[in-house]
Amino acid sequence: MQIVLKDFTKTFDGNTVIDRMNLTVRDGEMLALLGPSGCGKSTTLFAICGIHRVNGGQILFGERDVSNMPSQQRNVGVVFQNYALYPHMSVFDNIAFPLKVRNDSKADIARDVRTIAELTHIAELLGRRPGQLSGGQQQRVALARALVRKPDVLLLDEPLANLDAKLRLEMRSEIRRIQLETGITAILVTHDQVEAMSMCDRIAIMKGGQILQIDAPKDMYHNPRTSFVAGFLGNPPISFLDGRTMDGRFLDEGTGVTLPLPAGVTVANGTGLTVGIRPEHFGHAGDVPVRGKVVFAETQGRENLYDVALPNGALLRSVQPARDDVRPGDEVSWQLNSAAALFFTEDGRRL
Amino acid sequence: MTRNFANWPIVLVLLIISTPIIIMYAFLVIDTVTTSPPGSAIPNGFTLSHWRFLIDPTATGDVWRPTLTTILFTASIVVIVLGISSTAGYALSRLNMPFRRYFLAVVLVMHAFPLVTLIIGVFLVLQFVGLYNTLTGVVLVKAGLMLPFGIWIMKGFYDTVPWEIEMAGVQDGASRFTVWRKLILPQVKPGLFALALFAAIDAWGEYMLPRILAPSADFEVLSIYLNTVSDPDSTTYNFNLFKSVGLFYTLPILALYAIFRDRLMNIFGGGTKG
Ligand SMILES: Nc1ncnc2c1ncn2[C@@H]1O[C@H](COP(=O)(O)OP(=O)(O)OP(=O)(O)O)[C@@H](O)[C@H]1O
Ligand SMILES: [Mg+2]
Repeated sequence: MQIVLKDFTKTFDGNTVIDRMNLTVRDGEMLALLGPSGCGKSTTLFAICGIHRVNGGQILFGERDVSNMPSQQRNVGVVFQNYALYPHMSVFDNIAFPLKVRNDSKADIARDVRTIAELTHIAELLGRRPGQLSGGQQQRVALARALVRKPDVLLLDEPLANLDAKLRLEMRSEIRRIQLETGITAILVTHDQVEAMSMCDRIAIMKGGQILQIDAPKDMYHNPRTSFVAGFLGNPPISFLDGRTMDGRFLDEGTGVTLPLPAGVTVANGTGLTVGIRPEHFGHAGDVPVRGKVVFAETQGRENLYDVALPNGALLRSVQPARDDVRPGDEVSWQLNSAAALFFTEDGRRL
Repeated sequence: MTRNFANWPIVLVLLIISTPIIIMYAFLVIDTVTTSPPGSAIPNGFTLSHWRFLIDPTATGDVWRPTLTTILFTASIVVIVLGISSTAGYALSRLNMPFRRYFLAVVLVMHAFPLVTLIIGVFLVLQFVGLYNTLTGVVLVKAGLMLPFGIWIMKGFYDTVPWEIEMAGVQDGASRFTVWRKLILPQVKPGLFALALFAAIDAWGEYMLPRILAPSADFEVLSIYLNTVSDPDSTTYNFNLFKSVGLFYTLPILALYAIFRDRLMNIFGGGTKG
């Protein structure tokens, strides 16, 4: 089911947290709401499921306006960050609760619970209490409970935040598998870009209650619309150099780095610009040599990360296949791939 | 539990300190089934005659009517206190009602007033509504006096139940009432148990209120009954008989403790651990 937020506004005690947000989630898609802490991700999610009342605008599920509908009638499945399982009930009863509330017959309940338990791989845990489950298993139970009555929408609020690194990896693909198998429209709130990029069809990057850009992970990464988006996606993060235009080229006076501007762009001489260089575009094949001193090196097994300080103190990051000929303190001259450089105006918009 | 020190010295010390109390309790029990020569504390014969009050109304007057009255008295108070505390505590803990803070403060302050400072006001109110000298009146007053404590205890227990559980229930399609009944209430059960126990013990031992607010009523609770029995000027006065009635009066409380000891211990172990 398609979800549309139209001019959605949310105010807490006279303090506007979200001002006229517009968002469309396509039918069957998994969308990530990604942004720094406090930007209004959870607020948006809770408005969609009805925990928060909207102060302005509309929320549409398909053609249906649910803005003023109580949670119980919205048919939304929610997975909370701490799972919110009912501790006094068995796993079976937890999953069956939404069906019992609906007064389904015993046979139907047993069948539906079993089906969903098999989908989420917890069929052998049905007799246990939540307290007797591991974090990953609790997560599966929470998913099963959210999905058992076939909701129109599945909302996940930082579902992986409480898991350790290995489980997180496993549950990432599990949640995605379950979402694809059920074909449900899902919204995932996270502040982990890797999660957002690996699990979702599209990412909406939020900041200060606004959606800055909404795109497929790959497009978002290669084509950020602002320097904030460019800085938010990518690990290790992109590095920025400040400079100005000079005769149709970008010049960083402090370091002497000159780069050609992207084709078809004309900017007045002397305009201040910021250029963003992703670490994979520095230190490999390229067309612009940049001299600097390695100030930090870190090996991650397959790859090494380097921070290179340019003469004026600016930092460029580089990620390269593992090598041990470069140490902190070494002077290097590495190639920068100017074709992949991203140019931004001083107020952060992409050229 | 792992033990990294011997605990017999502690047990011994505790035992020595409590010796007077233990002896006192022992004699309370022993004296009810023995006879002893005048002027001596050492029993010299076994008898059940001190317990004859259970079947023989001429010994001290009928004991069963006050017992039933006390049970009714206690049960009504427990029901009222539990009913109101469990709902009011929830409201104070969760609902965003106006004057919530103010109300909480008032509840706390009310708890601080000793009974005697309120008794004249209570007396006037009862007189006015026509409940003076009635069991209902005493029950209402006693329950009312316990409520601030009960509401606070229950609010504290509700505060520990995560907010998300409630929201999850609402998302699952349950009404607010079902959520409270099926999801929240089971998690504050230890609190309800403790409160019920405290209220029961408190009500069972109540003496002042029936005495003051229903002095000439036709009902009698056990505490009042015991007081009559202990009157040394009465013709039926017998110290061992008095002790037997006292023990009879205490037994239900001891039984409650014995039965619910595990539940009480559970309170601080975290009731939500499943
Ligand atoms: N119930 C509330 N009352 C008042 N302000 C609130 C309330 N809930 C959220 N806010 C405010 O709204 C803003 C957005 O909060 P929200 O919880 O949506 O952030 P978030 O993006 O989910 O952050 P995080 O990643 O830390 O969870 C914050 O500034 C927060 O202080
Ligand atoms: Mg949040």
